[in-house]
Amino acid sequence: MSMIISLIVAAVTFGTVLMFGTLGEILTEKSGNLNLGVEGIMYMGGAFGLAGAFYYEKAAGAAASGPVAIILAILCAFAAGALASAIYSFLTISLRTNQNVTGLALSIFGTGVGQFVGEFMRLSEGGYVALGNNLKDAFSARIWPDALVNIPVVGNILFSHTVFFYLAVVLAVAMHFFLGRTRWGLYLRAVGESPSTADAAGISITRYKYLATIAGGGISAIGGMVYIMTTAGCVWNHEGLSGVGWLAVALVIFCMWRPLNAIWGSVIFGAMMIMYLRVSIPFIPTEIYKILPYVVTVIVLIITSMRNSRDKQPPASLGLNYFREER
Amino acid sequence: MDRENYAISMRGITKRFGEVVANDGICLDVRWGEILALLGENGSGKTTLMNMLSGIYQPDEGEIYEDGERIYIQSPRDAYANGIGMIHQHYKLVEVFTAAQNIILGLDDGKMDLRQTNARVKEICDRYGFDIDPTMKVYDMSVSQKQTVEIVKVLYRGAKILILDEPTAVLTPQETVKLFNVLRNMKADGKAIIIITHKLNEVMEVSDRVSVLRKGCYIGTVETAETSPQALTDMMVGHAVTLNIDRPKYDNPQRKFIVEHLTCVDAEGITRLDDVSFTANTGEILGIAGISGSGQKELLEAMTGLYPVKSGSIRFIDDAGEEVELVGKTPMQIRKTGVGMAFVPEDRLGMGLVGSMGMTGNMMLRSWKKGRGALLRKKDPEALANRILDELEVVTPSTDYPVRRLSGGNVQKVLVGREIAIQPAVLLTAYAVRGLDINTSYTIYRLLTEQKMKGVAVVYVGEDLDVLMELCDRILVLCGGAVSGIVDARKAGKDEIGLMMTSTSAKGEAR
Repeated sequence: MSMIISLIVAAVTFGTVLMFGTLGEILTEKSGNLNLGVEGIMYMGGAFGLAGAFYYEKAAGAAASGPVAIILAILCAFAAGALASAIYSFLTISLRTNQNVTGLALSIFGTGVGQFVGEFMRLSEGGYVALGNNLKDAFSARIWPDALVNIPVVGNILFSHTVFFYLAVVLAVAMHFFLGRTRWGLYLRAVGESPSTADAAGISITRYKYLATIAGGGISAIGGMVYIMTTAGCVWNHEGLSGVGWLAVALVIFCMWRPLNAIWGSVIFGAMMIMYLRVSIPFIPTEIYKILPYVVTVIVLIITSMRNSRDKQPPASLGLNYFREER
Repeated sequence: MDRENYAISMRGITKRFGEVVANDGICLDVRWGEILALLGENGSGKTTLMNMLSGIYQPDEGEIYEDGERIYIQSPRDAYANGIGMIHQHYKLVEVFTAAQNIILGLDDGKMDLRQTNARVKEICDRYGFDIDPTMKVYDMSVSQKQTVEIVKVLYRGAKILILDEPTAVLTPQETVKLFNVLRNMKADGKAIIIITHKLNEVMEVSDRVSVLRKGCYIGTVETAETSPQALTDMMVGHAVTLNIDRPKYDNPQRKFIVEHLTCVDAEGITRLDDVSFTANTGEILGIAGISGSGQKELLEAMTGLYPVKSGSIRFIDDAGEEVELVGKTPMQIRKTGVGMAFVPEDRLGMGLVGSMGMTGNMMLRSWKKGRGALLRKKDPEALANRILDELEVVTPSTDYPVRRLSGGNVQKVLVGREIAIQPAVLLTAYAVRGLDINTSYTIYRLLTEQKMKGVAVVYVGEDLDVLMELCDRILVLCGGAVSGIVDARKAGKDEIGLMMTSTSAKGEAR
């Protein structure tokens, strides 16, 4: 029993990283932009988020407060992701470059920038970048009182996580509400489904695409920061982050572009990614476990395409650029 | 609204796309409480002109006045703000949204309240006499329902000036009558209506005045009551074109192609063709009429071996009088049995030709089997390409110029030319004149009739009933995948065919 609980808790920890990445990409894709640069964006988020907290601590010294460091890390990561997505947006929306090519280029570019910033910090600080124990604890602290955490079974599963998990859940619910219940959400979906319709209805395609893509990139980048600051223990670790962005892209498909599905979807993906550490079956190499999320995504794609539901489809103009005067 | 002023007055409008002048100094006026028909051939610039009113394009030169005041329309939003609404030919609707969600798109008047929207939609429907369910998803709707949503969407925004781009192209005759009644109601309500069309009978029926464009130029405006279809055609094409399509009679028709009890079911289990039986004869054009999606595509594809057949028989009678069964054969096997079958598909650049290849390359798609070894033999296809270029007057810089960049009419000439060149015994055509101007259309009619007089069994799937009734010898009417009748084109009435197109719709659920 306790093994299952600890597996779930660990799955949630890694799932939180994925949830940010996925939620950001869902927002982006709802506008019809397929941003394949999530991998690079999350690298940048990780490096800049760490930098934000690290230089804040260096400046503030012993007086550095945990909450401020967390907010700064979120802001820095968001800004880095937003900037990277702004480049992507300018290229694909204003200059109408191919989205796949641009996304892949951003992936490579972002990975490089993240590596550079991470290594630069390491070298310029004498070979080691790490936050002090105070801040480290702040990033991985539980936010609910012990009374709740100590409730048998449920307490650990629901209340033992870091602040980032609850933030991600709130964000998922907020996005669900935004997309389904508000005028702006409806318009954003219209832009992603049929830009010419939205355009003829007087909706600014450019504005919606830019805003959704930039905000989406920022949210994805927070995922990278969460990985560095929780799982990696506030130390620059480029290996752990590799592949996470691609997993988020697969998870968007798994969730059928619905933010609420991202909550449980990311926990399942998280579980599959860490299973090899917890459940070992002899003769099965760990790589088999690691491909599980992708296998599941393919299965989900097969099932949904067999059921052929008109409502469970990607945004109809996903990956296509829009030009009003095209003939 | 000032009755003295024109609702819309366009002065000297010019629009260029690169080198091409789509509109050249056009002037157009429409009054309040009037239906103006904007008439012109394909490519005459009607839609371009109207897109400038609806804010999709912006004019390079010229001025637009509404009710006597100069207005500037830089986006669709500006158009709505000025009370101008356009119903596009290709409906601009989000398929996965409900009618109500589509209707409120782009409006920013406070809170989103779908219940209130539904009530207002009902109110508009009652006022002008249509009927839609605001909570229905667009993908569940028929074409005519989608059009209704488009019209309500425009009215919901308080449009006083409505533009309809070929609104009847996809409607049955009965639905067209209904639409025209709605238009008359709106006209009585004082709205200004512009309807883009190239169907003369509709112009005569519904409009008050007609403005004619030709090749991007403004030709003139006449009162509908004082003109005739012949006079309008002259304005439209510049010189008199005989409306009559030549229909000679072939002396000795023989059965050539027999289809019996053909039933096809698609991948989702929906019956696309339901017990279809007919024969196609030599020296005859067999027309196939029906609302789009009634099984025309499936029928032609089943005959060419492209669509899986569930049951039934398709037989070809060869020159010796032997019957050859085609069901179960692939297109290549059918070709090998010696059945001379030519196919001009609906999707010319998708199924008929390779867009990025030139004429020569496309000729080779029919003859690649003739080459020996790995190397291509280009001489014969090149000669054929040049022959088609001369005989059918294809306008292209060279036979290697990508056919994708040719105009629709020239693309169709290349395709039909290639298919005729194999000297077929059966010629199947799907919407052979869709999107073509009148002159090219007549070229195609002439080519088909020539083939018929050579003893070819021609099957012509068409959408314009007038053309079907003048071109074909017999007309088979499809409805929901089933044959609702085969009539003699020389005797049948248009009403009769129109009714047959919808008559069995109560029987099956199939679209």
